Amino acid sequence: MLAYALRRLLGAIPTIFIIVTAAFFMMRIAPGGPFDQERALEPTVMANLNEAFGLDRPLWEQYAMYLGNLLRGDMGPSFIYRDMRVHEILGQGLPVSMQLGMTALLLAFVIGTALGSIAALRQNTRADYGVIAVATFGITVPNFVVAPVLSLVFAVILSWLPAQGWGRWDQMILPVIALALPQVAVIARLIRGSMIEALRSDHVRTARAYGLPARMVVIKHALRAAVLPAISYLGPAAAALLTGSIVIEQVFNIPGIGRFFVNGALARDYTLVMGTVVIVAVFVVVFNLIVDLLYALLDPRVRYD
Amino acid sequence: MAEQERVLDVDNVRVTFDTPDGEVRAVRGVSMHVNPGESVAVVGESGSGKSQVMMAAMGLLASNGRVEGSVRYRGQELVGLPLKALNDIRGVKVTMIFQEPMTSLDPLFTIEDQLSEPLRVHGGLSKREASARVLELLELVQIPNAKARMSAYPHELSGGQRQRVMIAMALANDPDLLIADEPTTALDVTIQAEILQLLADLQARLGMSILFITHDLGIVEAFADRVYVMNKGLVEEEGPTERVFHAPQTEYTRMLLAAEPEGHKAPVGPDAPVLLRGENVQVTFGRPKGFLRPDTQLHAVRGINLTLRKGQTIGVVGESGSGKSTLGRALLQMLPSTGRVVYLDNDIEGLDRAAMRPYRKGLQMVFQDPYGSLSPRLTTGEIIAEGLQVHEPGLSRKERQRRVAEAMSDVGLDPSMRNRFPHEFSGGQRQRVAIARAVILRPQVIVLDEPTSALDRSVQKQVIELLRRLQVEHELSYVFISHDLAVVRALSDYLMVMKNGEVVEEGPVDAVFDHPTTDYTRTLMRAAFDLTSLLRPAARTGT
Repeated sequence: MLAYALRRLLGAIPTIFIIVTAAFFMMRIAPGGPFDQERALEPTVMANLNEAFGLDRPLWEQYAMYLGNLLRGDMGPSFIYRDMRVHEILGQGLPVSMQLGMTALLLAFVIGTALGSIAALRQNTRADYGVIAVATFGITVPNFVVAPVLSLVFAVILSWLPAQGWGRWDQMILPVIALALPQVAVIARLIRGSMIEALRSDHVRTARAYGLPARMVVIKHALRAAVLPAISYLGPAAAALLTGSIVIEQVFNIPGIGRFFVNGALARDYTLVMGTVVIVAVFVVVFNLIVDLLYALLDPRVRYD
Repeated sequence: MAEQERVLDVDNVRVTFDTPDGEVRAVRGVSMHVNPGESVAVVGESGSGKSQVMMAAMGLLASNGRVEGSVRYRGQELVGLPLKALNDIRGVKVTMIFQEPMTSLDPLFTIEDQLSEPLRVHGGLSKREASARVLELLELVQIPNAKARMSAYPHELSGGQRQRVMIAMALANDPDLLIADEPTTALDVTIQAEILQLLADLQARLGMSILFITHDLGIVEAFADRVYVMNKGLVEEEGPTERVFHAPQTEYTRMLLAAEPEGHKAPVGPDAPVLLRGENVQVTFGRPKGFLRPDTQLHAVRGINLTLRKGQTIGVVGESGSGKSTLGRALLQMLPSTGRVVYLDNDIEGLDRAAMRPYRKGLQMVFQDPYGSLSPRLTTGEIIAEGLQVHEPGLSRKERQRRVAEAMSDVGLDPSMRNRFPHEFSGGQRQRVAIARAVILRPQVIVLDEPTSALDRSVQKQVIELLRRLQVEHELSYVFISHDLAVVRALSDYLMVMKNGEVVEEGPVDAVFDHPTTDYTRTLMRAAFDLTSLLRPAARTGT
């Protein structure tokens, strides 16, 4: 297993390299630059700025420099947040985004599994149709609609919860719910399907034939088999949560990496956007590996070596 | 015997399933009983309802199933019994083993975990007591190295060992009655013989009753004291095994008994032209050791030579994992192999798809699974015509239709059924569709990979006759792959016995069957043809 993990991590290096390269050049193809403003700068000021940030050099040289710095853990200076290095900015935002995303993921997994199981056990009843309706709603309504509506109802009208900010537990509730909802929907649907299949499987029939109590049959034998597909979905889900949090962080004014990503992209802050891309790519690769290893722990049939 | 002393008493049981196509009456009023210490067999073909009677008795029907009538265990009514009360009987007094040893155990739990569950739930044993009893049980069912096997997961055991674990689970709480639902159907004949011997031995020592559900008359004859013959949801005939086998009273039982494959194929002359020749054919799966990667190589076929002449049928037999199917696919270049394969003087070894295409017309294949190997979204007419569109694209639509109709009547299907979908056909009819799909191209060689294994004996017999007739009419040559020695003997004139990717014995079919030279072949044959002498040595010497 260790050899496998090591091999996967080594295999991730070219992946991340390709992502970095593609992002770097795509960023430069986009028109405009970090110092373009509505009122054009003096040509000499512009030239000085470009020289200070190395933008006057050939593109391939800039690329090589960026890669070199990246290897040393330096993501370069931000173009718009003056006097800040990119890794300092992300170092502040990443823990916040991670906390938001992981809480939402955990919540989505627990609630999605519960809803999906209930639907499967009560197949073709009102409970089942209720879960399917919630799931369809969660998947179809985008979070830039859900988040403001939640904020409006629970913060503005009812005044139960704060509308924005970060740091206290009650400030987490609305953004976590808004972020988790689509994932709850997907996981509930996945679990419903796999649970129905598990309940019909031969080994569950064996458990029944041996007179095990219904609760034991369902929880120990059916549910454990049914969560496996949902586990493999956690990798893509984590990626969806990170990108989903860009909108949520804006709506609830949360100091995560999402808003740096948006601001950086709009202002052509090359290094900031690149930094975000690298962080997200590394995160997705590592998280997928963790999920695969977790899967192997839960399913003894899966062995990587 | 007085009724209350019966272990199981099934009285006028009816089982109905609600399906989208309306009610299906799977069991239509069946009565049977099992006495203490008795071996009873319920025999029937697929769809006869033989399994559903016991599923209904044990409360294991699918959710759309209903049961009426009465099933009593030692006088206690089971139909309509609340789940809690039923759970005090199933897994304790009445236990079951199932057909699929691959899937009947939970893949996520160790053998010890699974065997402990019924002991702890019903017997109230502590973890430690259960563990000791599990070891005892595994030794009872003769699992080698039982102590180490306790912490194994089901996928780490062979099919035969898994079925032994199931038997151990069934014996855990000293049952009164063991219901065995096709327990050996998915196993090789030699393993089947071992499992049956084990069951017979355990019954003699522990004294429980066994109810055996099977389609295999050989097993019934070797195993059961009494037999119920079921057909279309009803009991056709019942009685002592001896009597039913030697003096069957209904037409249906006579038909079942006569359905053993029969016939004989004359060998082709030594001057018959060679169609297909394999030299030193090898197939290896997996990869050799690499960077941070262990060696996963499996040598499935190791250097096999084969010469197929015009009109010949080479039977390839062997247990699962012996490489016989892999050999068939390698000959047709359907998976990467090394060595040399020559078809009509053309070296076809290693040709890519495009280069292989012109030869495919002459080299066809029929697969085992008549359910999985036909696309459910095409009509049978489209399925049969598909090969023509590739290999004879110039045909007019009308001409193609004519050829499809011809191929369908060739295999005994009514051409008017060409617009139906595969799911509207029975297993035997689907296998005819698969054969029509091959013969429509007028091939020279057909590789038949277990084409009759998923079929009931009576249907199997018809398919064998069909294959025999087509061989004569179209001068076909077959490579016939099967684990079923009776079928192979009826169809082939040359036999290859495979084990671990190698041929251990080969020769003209009669020579090998009558005078096997290796222990392996002898074991295979005894397990296949002589179950009775294996299970009832006393009875045999007595007569």
